[in-house]
Amino acid sequence: MFYRETGQFKSSYAADMQIFPIRQDRIALWVVLALAFIGIPLLNAFHIWPFGSEYMLRAILIPFLILSLAAIGLNILTGYCGQLSLGSGAFMAIGAYSAYKFATGVHLPFGLFDLSIPPLPMLPSILLGALMSAVVGILFGIPSLRIKGLYLAVATLAAQFFFDWVFIRVKWFTNYNSSGSVSAPDLNFFGFVVNAPIERYLLCLVFVAIFALLAKNLVRGNIGRQWMATRDMDIAAELMGIRPLYAKLSAFAISSFIMGVAGALWAFVYLGAWEPLAFSIDRSFQILFMVIIGGLGSILGSFLGAAFILVLPILLDQVPHALGVPISVETVSLLVFIITGALICWLLIVEPRGFARLWLTGKEKLRLWPYPY
Amino acid sequence: MRAPDGPPVTAGDVLLSIDNVSLSFGGVKAVSGVSFDIRKGEIRAIIGPNGAGKTSMLNIINGFYHPQEGVITFKGEARSRMRPHDAADGGIARTFQNVALFRGMTALDNIMAGRTLKMRRNMFWQMLRVGPALAEEVEHRHRVEEIIDFLKIQEIRRTPVSRLPYGLQKRVELGRALAMEPELLLLDEPMAGMNIEEKEDMSRFILDVNDHYGTTIALIEHDMGVVMDLSDRVVVLDHGIKIADGTPNEVKSNQAVIDAYLGVAH
Repeated sequence: MFYRETGQFKSSYAADMQIFPIRQDRIALWVVLALAFIGIPLLNAFHIWPFGSEYMLRAILIPFLILSLAAIGLNILTGYCGQLSLGSGAFMAIGAYSAYKFATGVHLPFGLFDLSIPPLPMLPSILLGALMSAVVGILFGIPSLRIKGLYLAVATLAAQFFFDWVFIRVKWFTNYNSSGSVSAPDLNFFGFVVNAPIERYLLCLVFVAIFALLAKNLVRGNIGRQWMATRDMDIAAELMGIRPLYAKLSAFAISSFIMGVAGALWAFVYLGAWEPLAFSIDRSFQILFMVIIGGLGSILGSFLGAAFILVLPILLDQVPHALGVPISVETVSLLVFIITGALICWLLIVEPRGFARLWLTGKEKLRLWPYPY
Repeated sequence: MRAPDGPPVTAGDVLLSIDNVSLSFGGVKAVSGVSFDIRKGEIRAIIGPNGAGKTSMLNIINGFYHPQEGVITFKGEARSRMRPHDAADGGIARTFQNVALFRGMTALDNIMAGRTLKMRRNMFWQMLRVGPALAEEVEHRHRVEEIIDFLKIQEIRRTPVSRLPYGLQKRVELGRALAMEPELLLLDEPMAGMNIEEKEDMSRFILDVNDHYGTTIALIEHDMGVVMDLSDRVVVLDHGIKIADGTPNEVKSNQAVIDAYLGVAH
């Protein structure tokens, strides 16, 4: 950046270990948060461009926030702990369907063991749904103790296909709805019903801000160092007293929990009514691409990757129309696929570690600017 | 598997003893019937030609390999099968022949990772990072900064280790092992691939660690000058068999050792 840490002396390690040790970075963060929490609602209230219609919130900002959250979840597992997973869609689905079941009441008719839970309020439903996702994440994480890399990816792929099948075939999860689709219950938080797009946006923003902070704290703490040690050199990590069982399964649990929350938000807040297709293998790949392009092992990268993968096609879609080029909608959508694909290839060749690394390199260069070193 | 809280092992007592240990991989005998001991506070060198079983010996000591025969006694407690993290818990740390740092992390984080076993706050505290969790992190940062000062690597603490030159990587790796506050430090070729200045620096650090922290050190090294200068006692392995054991001077004049290194006419 054009500013440096010059003159900002730290007198305690606590001050030195902040997320943003440089004052200007902290100010920038507060500005971004103020924009997100106050600026956008204000713009929206007065219908100032680009918030003239609900499109900006509904089609861009809300899915961006939710998929960023999912990307943070996968980044913990794949970026920080080095465990490749193709099951993100499944973990999101578990979060969504479990939250739905908790919100509409769980009834398990097992004869002797007849379990009934009355419908729970919205927040506990979402968190319990995420907890279910974490439990399943731990179960599917157990193979990671023996298999690594692409082989583990195949094992998580099994989770993806299995849960796709479960949520289509087991009618209990959809409350025996004949069409197989599910409508979200009212988003009632402590008596306040979230309905308008701006309210939905703020709800997602609160969840994302809280979970991003918690995730950042985890990855820069002791458990985060254990995850990265396991990723970088598992044998050395074990010889230093890091238990692979604990490190890997905790990464699976935390990651699935966050993806479960993202799944519940995706279903309840973004879609409103959904089918199992919403959490298919495509979703898993989409989130994996976000993590790879944004930057493995970076919370910031999760946001950048989500922005790139989600927002770029939408923007490209608008270009011919804005320029007045007369080409058909089908051609545009094909062109968008081609251009997005080409950009991804180009980006991965230029900087295989994604946007987060580009950002770091840029910051280092600017720090020395105008000198080369 | 923490060692019993018996009377503290004082200098000169046996800290670790290896009794008649054999290890084979399929038909290949890596170590056969080796016995020696390591005394508290000494620098013990393990030398031998390539393929003599030195690294296997270190891997046995820290629980990475499980010998088929023999007994290992650490701090008075005989142990059979032991997982590597139990050895770490018991106070055995090591460095590796090929630097095994966590390449994606900074030097500071690598050394902080060495404090893992000493950190007690659970995940939920770490997530919030307030009060006791922050205090714990700060406390361990203090200890790590002491090690950073000791090894004179202050200016690289924020550098990702993959960008550091080899000599400094070796130093960071030593720092990571020291962060565990080990009772027994295993060094696998700490000077391999170094130039003379780097070797001198590393030798000084090893002597300082031994002197300053009182850490017992077992090291594998091929540079005989270094071995003879640093170590109190030397054990010589060849083809998995112990051929000599004693002070550097005794070993230097031992005919079996000379034969093993220089070869004998048949």
